[in-house]
Amino acid sequence: MNTASLIHSLAAGGGGTNLDSDYSVSLFWILAVLAVGAAAAMVLVRQAVHCALMLAVVMLCLAAMYAMNGAPFLAFVQIIVYTGAVLMLFLFVMMMIGVSSVDSLVSTLRGQWFWAVLGGTAFAVLMIVGIGHAAIGSAPKASASFGNDNLTGLAKLIFTTYVFPFEATSALLITAALGAMVLAHRERTSPKLTQRDISRRRVASGQVMPEPPPGVYALHDAVDMPARLPDGTTTERSVSKAVVQRDLELGREPEKTVAADLEAEAKIEAGTEFAAEREIEAGAVGTGDDK
Amino acid sequence: MSPASYIFLSVVLFSIGGIGVLVRRNAIVIFMCIELMLNACNLAFVAFARMHGNLDGQVVAFFVMVVAAAEVVVGLAILMAIYRARKSASVDDANLLKY
Repeated sequence: MNTASLIHSLAAGGGGTNLDSDYSVSLFWILAVLAVGAAAAMVLVRQAVHCALMLAVVMLCLAAMYAMNGAPFLAFVQIIVYTGAVLMLFLFVMMMIGVSSVDSLVSTLRGQWFWAVLGGTAFAVLMIVGIGHAAIGSAPKASASFGNDNLTGLAKLIFTTYVFPFEATSALLITAALGAMVLAHRERTSPKLTQRDISRRRVASGQVMPEPPPGVYALHDAVDMPARLPDGTTTERSVSKAVVQRDLELGREPEKTVAADLEAEAKIEAGTEFAAEREIEAGAVGTGDDK
Repeated sequence: MSPASYIFLSVVLFSIGGIGVLVRRNAIVIFMCIELMLNACNLAFVAFARMHGNLDGQVVAFFVMVVAAAEVVVGLAILMAIYRARKSASVDDANLLKY
């Protein structure tokens, strides 16, 4: 009798589970609603970063479900590998190749949404009807290999029955790592710029000084406020393009704010506003002069 | 809870992932939808393991996770190479082979 069949007979035998049925049913429905809602939101939201967060919710729900189904090892691997490593890799690449890259609204295929949703729903209905007709009995009582001995049972299976696929995954992982390095590597086509080259280029460009910092006004001080040049005009050069994009999305109008601020400043200069404060200020300056 | 409900849930998640692959145009989001489909398959494997009372399904789910991790690494590297060449992560823009 080999080890694998021993494990199988062990798993098929009796044993206890620490989840009573009411508890597991309610937990299942909470997790299922959360997972399906987050998955639907993932398809619907436009920002890629929000998609990643929704995917994290789905993965955590699935991890809890693995634990409920007697797979504690897989539950932890799910959290560590998927939510920890894979999703962070997604976010990392997203930050590198542009967070602002939202889906273009121009659709190249007519009726894409309609046909995709129709096809997806048809597939789901087909599968659900098919599985509904299959005779799926209730699960056998959880044995030790679905509880405390889960890790031992998995290890025995992996290193006996599945030892060849397991060895093959090592080759796969090495190939993947090498492939990623080769693909992400970029050959330098032009010589590396020295400090001398950079400063020459800067002088040649006509602007030796750095870009102006964001504007500071009487009432506003933020990165999206355009800088005010010595001649009194504002310049867009001080505002990052990403910030401009974000302002557009949020519907903010920094130009309008600047105009209002300049108006307020002009009023203060003319003395029509804050007259009382100006008197107090003048008085304070006067006492200062006396000393 | 009967294993059948877990399998129904995995079918629903798989379909949502499939719809996402078909409708989204950002390559990274498409990738995430593929990950959702793989996760749904894993849930089905774990439910089947519970249903049959042996651990083979869990081992297969484990292998799926390993392969998915490798796939993500290579896929994102390809994405970055494409982005570097074309300055876009939209799958509509990578259409040189079409014409």
